[in-house]
Amino acid sequence: MSLDKETVARIARLARLKVPEEELEPLAGELSGILAWIEQLNEVDTANVAPMASVSDVTLPMREDKVTDGGIAEKVLANAPGGAVYIDPTDKNAGGFFTVPKVVE
Amino acid sequence: MAGLTDLTLAELSATMKKKEASAVEVVDAHLRKLDEHRALNAFITETPDKARAMAKASDERRARGEAGLLEGVPLAVKDLFCTEGVQTTAASHILEGFVPPYESTVTSNLWKAGAVMVGKTNLDEFAMGSSNMTSYFGGVENPWKRRGDNRKLVPGGSSGGSAAAVAAYMVPGSTGTDTGGSIRQPASFCGIVGLKPTYGRCSRWGVVAFASSLDQPGPFARTVEDSAILLQGMAGHDPKDSTSAPLPVPDFAAAARNPDIKGMKVGIPKEYRVDGTSPEIVALWDKGIEMMKVAGATIVEISLPHTRYALPAYYIVAPAECSSNLARYDGVRYGLRVPGKDLIEMYQNTRAAGFGKEVRRRVMIGTYVLSAGYYDAYYKKAQQVRALIARDFKDAFQKCDVLLTPTAPTAAFAAGEKMDDPVTMYLNDMFTIPASMAGLPGISVPVGLDKDGLPLGLQLIGRAFDEETMLKAAAALEQAAAFTGRAAGF
Repeated sequence: MSLDKETVARIARLARLKVPEEELEPLAGELSGILAWIEQLNEVDTANVAPMASVSDVTLPMREDKVTDGGIAEKVLANAPGGAVYIDPTDKNAGGFFTVPKVVE
Repeated sequence: MAGLTDLTLAELSATMKKKEASAVEVVDAHLRKLDEHRALNAFITETPDKARAMAKASDERRARGEAGLLEGVPLAVKDLFCTEGVQTTAASHILEGFVPPYESTVTSNLWKAGAVMVGKTNLDEFAMGSSNMTSYFGGVENPWKRRGDNRKLVPGGSSGGSAAAVAAYMVPGSTGTDTGGSIRQPASFCGIVGLKPTYGRCSRWGVVAFASSLDQPGPFARTVEDSAILLQGMAGHDPKDSTSAPLPVPDFAAAARNPDIKGMKVGIPKEYRVDGTSPEIVALWDKGIEMMKVAGATIVEISLPHTRYALPAYYIVAPAECSSNLARYDGVRYGLRVPGKDLIEMYQNTRAAGFGKEVRRRVMIGTYVLSAGYYDAYYKKAQQVRALIARDFKDAFQKCDVLLTPTAPTAAFAAGEKMDDPVTMYLNDMFTIPASMAGLPGISVPVGLDKDGLPLGLQLIGRAFDEETMLKAAAALEQAAAFTGRAAGF
């Protein structure tokens, strides 16, 4: 499968990656090369083979549906890149917000 | 007399137990090595103050008679493990300055066992690479050099800093993570032991995720016994990781101290004799087979028919999972934020500036193979091939107890070599990826030097959750090989 510039632009948009116009063409070549190499998998007969769901035979465990943590808003917000806003600055674990650029006018 | 930094982890523990050195003295000796060899760029963050405080606390615990399995042992931690209060970057610009408010389960287990952290080691960005060249913080230099050639060599990757730190005697052991060979290949390149446990043996909680169905933490050390002791300290069931196996932790160190392999069946997969492998590595493999035979093992030729498809299948599965996992880096809750005219552009600018070239490439491949209309052709196909790979191993283990193969197709290469084409770099992991795809444990043991004086390792692969048999075989191989190589100047 050979990817064209438009497809690369579409993938970049889906992946939320800004790719400058002049990089689209070389990237298309690179990604096409990798995909062409991957396509040797088509040689393998996989009819009636169930896709692997997990490498371990372990059954996923269940736990009781109850709250096991919480009340740590300050920790959750500690790395906020735009800074955090707290509901009650004197009790940061009471809750707060991440800040983002204005979305709704 | 050998200095404290020359001792193995087991020897260091014995020395501290006999009160011949305190944990504070031990950590100071190792911190001096970090100073001495800073040019290797093995660490992204050094934590000398924390190390001294932890060592002091360790001495106090020992005085109270509360010494743990790794009491006072200085360790380096791959900068992919979240460490509370200490910057954790995954070697990416997008996480530069990120200070986790929590501790990963594996490192938390190590500190509970008494170990002391000296710093966070360099790696390929988000563990994506086989050379350590994709780190935002610069490549790591392998302590080893080709004889008569001053060019810098790569330590392998992705856990290159952790491997280099152990090979340079800065620490007796370190942690790594292995997704497709990221512990075993750098161990081979640096002449040390690297162990990737069975998927599910060590908790992934608090480890920055790359490809969740493959990622597995594991140790580096200079001896098989040391790697077993470290694994014992790292492993264990963790309810916070749903794929963590609810199994007791066996006495791995005891297995490693028992190299009796009489009657053990060692399988040699014929499909691993592939073009492109250095003739010296093929010769070393044959020598390893002979060593196992002399030690009393029975050699069995086995077949893993789908071996050559493991690598292309991996390069669907791993990028697909990485594209999902890395979706979280959006500049909203942590890490880098680059402004844009609206929210979408903020995401796009942040991710374009924050991720390096190889990470962007894999995110795009992953996004493509998971996109509408292509899922069946790529991801489903890869998971079907993966099921066949796992079945191959299952069949092979009907006939043998452990497999012996090369670890990597070449010795360490120079920085800048193999960089022209991503696929050439991917081929480095051709011998390690099949076991990763099947979730099996593997260990790389240094066995010899090539004609340029560079170390080469061989890999042993075990049954799922049977690291003990693998460790016994590794100890026998280590004993027979009697590898004593040490990088010049270290």
